[in-house]
Amino acid sequence: MTGLASSDAATEAARALASVAASERLRVVSTLIRLTGDWDLAEDCVQDALARALTVWPERGIPDNPGAWLSTVARNLAVDAIRKADADRRAARRHAVETSIDSEGEKESTMPTDAFDDDRLRLIFTCCHPALAMESRVALTLRTVLGLSVAETAHVFLVSEASMQKRLVRARAKIRGAGIPYRVPPPHLLPERTAGVLAVLYLLFTEGYSSGSGTDLVRPALAEEAIRLTRLVAALMPGQPEVLALLALELLQHSRAATRIDAAGDLVLLEDQDRTRWDAAAIADGLGMLAQAERALEPLAAPPGPYLLQARIAAEHATAPTAAATDFARIAELYAALGRIAPSPVVDLNRAIAVALSQGPDAGLALLDALELDARLAGYHLLHATRADLLRRRRSIGDALPHYRRALELAPSEAERRFLQRRVNELDPQ
Amino acid sequence: MEYLLLIVSDPEAPAYIPEEDNIEEWSADLDARGASRVGNRLRPPSDATTVTVREGRTILTDGPFTESKEWIAGFDLIDVADLDEALEIAAAHPMARFGRVEVRPVWPFE
Repeated sequence: MTGLASSDAATEAARALASVAASERLRVVSTLIRLTGDWDLAEDCVQDALARALTVWPERGIPDNPGAWLSTVARNLAVDAIRKADADRRAARRHAVETSIDSEGEKESTMPTDAFDDDRLRLIFTCCHPALAMESRVALTLRTVLGLSVAETAHVFLVSEASMQKRLVRARAKIRGAGIPYRVPPPHLLPERTAGVLAVLYLLFTEGYSSGSGTDLVRPALAEEAIRLTRLVAALMPGQPEVLALLALELLQHSRAATRIDAAGDLVLLEDQDRTRWDAAAIADGLGMLAQAERALEPLAAPPGPYLLQARIAAEHATAPTAAATDFARIAELYAALGRIAPSPVVDLNRAIAVALSQGPDAGLALLDALELDARLAGYHLLHATRADLLRRRRSIGDALPHYRRALELAPSEAERRFLQRRVNELDPQ
Repeated sequence: MEYLLLIVSDPEAPAYIPEEDNIEEWSADLDARGASRVGNRLRPPSDATTVTVREGRTILTDGPFTESKEWIAGFDLIDVADLDEALEIAAAHPMARFGRVEVRPVWPFE
């Protein structure tokens, strides 16, 4: 017992619970899914156990091992629910949960020696199974791995709560109905499956880093959750260059989060950002992770993967003392290498920008001419904004304006539209 | 778990090359796994007859129930541990390269 007055005890318990929930919820929920095979039941029981802690802990004190307390309560709730639901059919499953309470109770908080024998990793890989549609993978990861509510998950996708609920139900039904195994895939499948997990994590991150549409340009909490999860995967699968590189990339990009939007909520370009306000600790952490990724790659005698190349680009930006002193020639080379292994018109566009910034606007414009042929980019506002910007830099104002206006029509977010409108007003004061 | 592999043609797929058809190797792998197998090729859709009963009246139609460029060219029923094993077997089927393979869990599951 803490011996505090009851309101203090309640505050104390709530604080302890918040920290336990952050560190233990994922482990408890993933283990319960493995034992019961029932995703909804597992999530409900963990939710109920958290609610119960909120009433029990202030009275009886915070348990010595709060994580173990939570999993025991959640498992007992699961046993009760299974018992109530169907005495015969689920007896075997109930037995599995019951025996696990005794056998697993003690070794709870220790890290497994075999990194792949971890329920959290099992959950992440199952949520990211390639037999699920990409949007279902991300939704399941948000809901089950990160513990976002259905409403919050719906908000990420800008859909209604009801349709998100439907999507989640369908995804869980497919896992069960199609027999998607709850496990980390065997080694021969690991490389291709890890790529899918990383894609989901990076999508979560970019969703938080630069929301594609709507009014919120950045959602730092989501980006931070993605970083936390990537860190977890990196800890559970040590020595994987691409996992480390993704973590480095996320940390380096996120280090600029505070300076990307000004007080008025407007977009601040990289070259105009106050570099003294970049998160130095995150940059140091990111550079450290990048170095680890490089070291992990060395003995493999393999070419760098897409996240490593992107992390190198992010590191060039993060370590340049000023925008003008940035090594854009090197960045252009890195984008060219990225384009060879992961071809994308957006990568080509970024390469054109880097070329323009190292060799002058005309060299960039020449590359853009080739890109404009790519129908996939015709409706992409940044293609038009880039062309406009390069024309502005070589002082061809009359030529730049129509491209700014086209970009303005296509820009998906309020902040980007305000930015482009400002540019148009500057160049065309009438 | 049982899965039905629907072996589907695909006019867009690379042309069929008899020398690269490793169906015997594939069958041998199935036998080695003990994934008890029923399967065969199907006659072309032109040999199909579709049966529809509406308001007690039986209607017979010449041809398959959907007109599409792809058609079901064969099937295999397999019994394996989970979807991953079914997908591995499907990916090894020669028609995954010359056409497509649709993997469908067989009802009921539990």
